[in-house]
Amino acid sequence: MMLRLAPALIVTLLVAPILAGLVMALLPAFGYLPALGGESLSLAPWRALAAQPGIGRSVAISFASGLIATALSLAVVLLYLAAASGSRLDRWIRRLVSPLLSIPHAAAAFGLAFLIAPTGLLARLASPALTGWERPPDLLIVQDPWGLSLIAGLVIKEVPFLLLMSLAALPQLDAERRVAMARSLGYRPAIAWLKVVAPALYPLIRLPVFAVIAYASSVVDVAMILGPTLPPTLAVSILTWFSDPDLDQRFLASAGAILQLGVTAAALFTWWGLERLMARLMKAWIARGERRRGEAGLRLAGRLPILLATGVAFAGLGGLAIYSVAGFWRFPDALPRSMTPDHWAQALPALGGPLASTALIALGSTLLAALLVLAALENEQRTGRTASKALWLLYLPLIVPQIAFLFGLVVVMEQLGTRPTHGLIVFGHLLFVLPYVFLSLSEAYRRIDPRWTRLALTLGASRNAVFWRVRLPMLLAPLLTACAVGLAVSIGQYLPTQLLGAGRVTTVTTEAVSLAAGGNRRVIGVWALVQACLPLAGFAIAIGLPKLLWSNRRGMQGAP
Amino acid sequence: MTTPHRLELRDVSIRLGDTPLVELDAEIAPGEVLTVMGPSGAGKSTLLAFLAGFLAPEFVASGRILLDGRDLTALPAERRGLGLLFQDPLLFPHLSVAGNLRFGLPRAADDRAARVEQALAHIGLAGFGERDPATLSGGQQARVALMRLLLSAPCAVLLDEPFSKLDTHLRQAMRRLVFEHLREAGLPSLLVTHDREDAEAAGGRVIELSPGGR
Repeated sequence: MMLRLAPALIVTLLVAPILAGLVMALLPAFGYLPALGGESLSLAPWRALAAQPGIGRSVAISFASGLIATALSLAVVLLYLAAASGSRLDRWIRRLVSPLLSIPHAAAAFGLAFLIAPTGLLARLASPALTGWERPPDLLIVQDPWGLSLIAGLVIKEVPFLLLMSLAALPQLDAERRVAMARSLGYRPAIAWLKVVAPALYPLIRLPVFAVIAYASSVVDVAMILGPTLPPTLAVSILTWFSDPDLDQRFLASAGAILQLGVTAAALFTWWGLERLMARLMKAWIARGERRRGEAGLRLAGRLPILLATGVAFAGLGGLAIYSVAGFWRFPDALPRSMTPDHWAQALPALGGPLASTALIALGSTLLAALLVLAALENEQRTGRTASKALWLLYLPLIVPQIAFLFGLVVVMEQLGTRPTHGLIVFGHLLFVLPYVFLSLSEAYRRIDPRWTRLALTLGASRNAVFWRVRLPMLLAPLLTACAVGLAVSIGQYLPTQLLGAGRVTTVTTEAVSLAAGGNRRVIGVWALVQACLPLAGFAIAIGLPKLLWSNRRGMQGAP
Repeated sequence: MTTPHRLELRDVSIRLGDTPLVELDAEIAPGEVLTVMGPSGAGKSTLLAFLAGFLAPEFVASGRILLDGRDLTALPAERRGLGLLFQDPLLFPHLSVAGNLRFGLPRAADDRAARVEQALAHIGLAGFGERDPATLSGGQQARVALMRLLLSAPCAVLLDEPFSKLDTHLRQAMRRLVFEHLREAGLPSLLVTHDREDAEAAGGRVIELSPGGR
């Protein structure tokens, strides 16, 4: 039966391309790629890599920005959960976390760039009153050589991700009762949370944290927008070599891809060391029995950073919107003198094709992912076996750096003579869409009361009827949310589209990122705003449709 | 609901690993209610799960379940013809009241709409068909659940503490209603409960399970 095959099919679809891609990056990295005349193994690509100017700095920036962005994001999330649980801010943030997560990385990065650039909104608001600047200062704020703006851009996007993962894990921990218990022993609330909930929560969000490290240390699109340029981060350098018309550069790119794998692995390994150190410090801190000291500071540290992160993300979107309609706009003016629809009018004719491609690829990969995930989860229900052992495999595409295996995959496709098509890109996106759809749907699917199934069966419904007439309608809301997540993930993908489409398939995302080099903020504003709004539309449908359908069914309103 | 049915449990024995949980050998005549009593942990729910066809894989069961002499033991739950009544009414939240009743009606039944309307009138809920089940009172929901069970035309019925979550005054009325209908339909029924009053209201034989098996 088809259902039985679903788990195996999922694992194959996720693991096989990654393995094939890694092998086909590893061989050329040692000079072996017969198609390009590399007949024997050699270390020449590595020597070329070592001779690249600034390679050491590239590696250092990739490594450090990955670790620092992750540490900051995790700290922001944990402090917030410790200090703000149950407050009004908490309700607010929880409502904002899904839309925040749905903003594509590139759009958020552009938003940040428009805020903090020397001619950006912040400088304009503060000038000339506070800064005295009559002309834009000659500062390298965006794309600074230390990667600080890159780190900031990553933190803005990874905070909502880690927050959502934590919120999903927390119900298992009975956090309220743990905190109540500690408070009854005299601990202040935030300190109580950090001492009795955080140590239990961390193991549950460890895989997502690893995914953040891997992503942040190897990201391409955000680094192209916010990262340093001379030299760029390792991942961006690799993409440049790979796209070089001189095909011999591919050996260099392959060696770079393997180096990237090593850099990410080193970052993960370092994190593992930091984990052990933190565990020791925490243990000592908990054992000291300190109940009050630092509470006031914690309350502030829990609120300010997260407010800043969400505020910047939304202000960035506002900035995109303003730039997209800005007419004449002299430097220290906070707002443009005139508004104009021209940039939109000019961009509209060019938007159609990429929009259609984006929608086609996103819908295709999400639909496929939803079918596979439903089949796997339904199989789990019918056989009563959970495939928990295989769960870490779901994280494989999220933990192996994209850039390390996507090249190899392109080489495999070229060898097979597959032409870049939308179908190929759908398949590439599936690698990243599938894990997220699975992670967001599985909780709801497994939590459904088994008595509904038993009842329906004893009323004479067949196994298939139970799925179509009971489980699917009851799970409509979480299913649509999972699909919205899948759409958002697909819409935001830059590298798989760019590489598997060989630059010939443009989506809103590839177009927006390619505009970064041009630096026309008004055009970027239009494209980045469109890019940011697409996933929001998905979430609006996912939340609105069940409300509409079940408007007359009170029992369906509280569903997640 | 016309032909009388007979349910037989032949040398039923359920074990968890090496620990025996339940042992039962009984015959239930048409219209009779057999009550199985015991404190929680005595294996009552496990017994029902075995009879209905949902026994978790960690349990090992032997013995046979016969309905009118036909062996059900190997059949999947949906083909056993055994109806279940739970502690909660469990009306499907995405269907209307009538939709819930229709879910129980066999596909081949003719004149479905009329039968649903008739069933509603029978439990004093005429005109409630299009209502959202969540807007019904607890007692009304329990009656709809009973009617849904009867409409599905089971050959025998399993009752899993169906009155334990009702208010005291509702409990009396529901007991009367349920047992009356089961007797009227001539259905052999097995009731598991820890409430002695349930057993008395059922009026049939009572089998006591000892805690932790025997």
